[in-house]
Amino acid sequence: MADTGLRSGASPAATTRATPTRRAAYEARMKRRSVTIAVTSTLAVLVAFVLLVPFAPGWEAVQRSFFNGQVFARTFPGLLNAFLQNVMIFAWCAPIIAILGLAIALCRDVRAPILFPLRMFGALYTDVFRGVPVILVIYLIGFGVPGLGLPRPWNSPYIWGSLALVLVYAAYVAEVFRSGIESIHESQRAAAASLGLSDQDAMRFVVLPQAIRNVMPANMNLFIALQKDVALLSFIGPVEIFRQAGVYKSLFANFTPYVGAALIFLAITIPATRYADYLLHRQTRRRT
Amino acid sequence: MTAQSGVKLSLRGVEKSFGQNHVCRGIDLDVADGEMVCLIGASGSGKSTLLRCINLLEPIDDGAIFLDGIDIAEPGYDPQPVRERIGIVFQSYNLFPHMTAEENVMLAPMRVRGRSKAELAEPVVALFERFGLPEHRYHYPDQLSGGQQQRVAIIRALAMEPEIMLFDEITSALDPELVGEVLDVLRQLHRDGMTMILATHEMGFARELANKVCFLDAGRILEEGAPDDVFSAPQQERTKAFLSRVL
Repeated sequence: MADTGLRSGASPAATTRATPTRRAAYEARMKRRSVTIAVTSTLAVLVAFVLLVPFAPGWEAVQRSFFNGQVFARTFPGLLNAFLQNVMIFAWCAPIIAILGLAIALCRDVRAPILFPLRMFGALYTDVFRGVPVILVIYLIGFGVPGLGLPRPWNSPYIWGSLALVLVYAAYVAEVFRSGIESIHESQRAAAASLGLSDQDAMRFVVLPQAIRNVMPANMNLFIALQKDVALLSFIGPVEIFRQAGVYKSLFANFTPYVGAALIFLAITIPATRYADYLLHRQTRRRT
Repeated sequence: MTAQSGVKLSLRGVEKSFGQNHVCRGIDLDVADGEMVCLIGASGSGKSTLLRCINLLEPIDDGAIFLDGIDIAEPGYDPQPVRERIGIVFQSYNLFPHMTAEENVMLAPMRVRGRSKAELAEPVVALFERFGLPEHRYHYPDQLSGGQQQRVAIIRALAMEPEIMLFDEITSALDPELVGEVLDVLRQLHRDGMTMILATHEMGFARELANKVCFLDAGRILEEGAPDDVFSAPQQERTKAFLSRVL
């Protein structure tokens, strides 16, 4: 009798799909309820926003000068075109930053006494370039170096502006890589050493591959910030999207091009940020 | 190499401290070629540290470690070639998680010995087969069970063809049902004549196979001898107390 009782008790679990358990039914009900609440509250906020904002005294003027459809349509293609400049500058800065950042992070990890100057240089470098605002470095290098009166291609603001970005971002990327290297447990190095691998080989084949993967999301975030900071180069010359928007603003006496530029940035940065979040999420899940 | 009775490894007055913590207090130990020595004792008695010192992962403060008569603990002696000759397997496996089992095994022979992948293919496959893992060569560590990971770690150390193998409580992190498969590997190695030093809590195993058992207490070898003597007729009070707790 006891035996059959156990069997019949076990059978509902096997046929979950046909009749949900009480727990499953309860959870489905709670989920429906929270979705309903979330949708209702979001709609309420949106409706309030759309209905109330036009009551603001300056709404008409703001709408005309910031959300002007005509101006938007006429300037958007030009903005997109100017954005290619940003993409280009980003495209050549990013790999150089990654390599330089890694090199500096490795400088900070050297243990041989003869290489101590390298280690000190790494520390000094990251301290200096993380401590100064990006725009200041761009001004100092972007205006300072061409002031030396260098011949034609070498006085280009593209080169010196890019160098400024590279110097600053490499410092941040170096710190991220260093934290990644330090996050690898000492036992991994011990295992490598116990097999007779040299320190350099242990770093190259054991520590770095893991470290780089661990800090991928953090570095993604830095490169998203870089994509935005390319716009700062507009202050020393290159006509990239921010500068182009400024030109249109003066031409049409209208701020809509800035909104257009913002939308273009968002079209890139939102998916990139989401992807970085996804990577981070996947990583934390794998660790637990 | 061939002399069965020849002393392979010999420790004399090994001292090791971590700050205020005096972990090894003058340890003497002789290990003959092909012998299996088991270190037993409570956690913190210095077993793991002693093994790490023999592998030169930790520099010793005083004393000497003779490998084939040469003091490898001499300050300034290059530890790298020594580590090629003395393999160690850790309690927590310490496999490289971003590499497959086979890549884990091949890394050191390729980088340190300069062997090519093609050269290594055959002996490495043979090792995996010998220890019952032929179908797991391309798995990553997190796809393997603890026992399988530990066997890969042993294969990884063996691939360097060491003359001595050190095992640091290699079954302590395993689920009980997985301990057997790892101990089988040790049995096999012992049969093949490998010189081995084990820090272990597997008393039954030590009793069955060890040539010599050493009881460590507070950084000293308090008692050593044939397993039957140490387990059945311990001389020291502390040994008796320890054995009565664990047996």
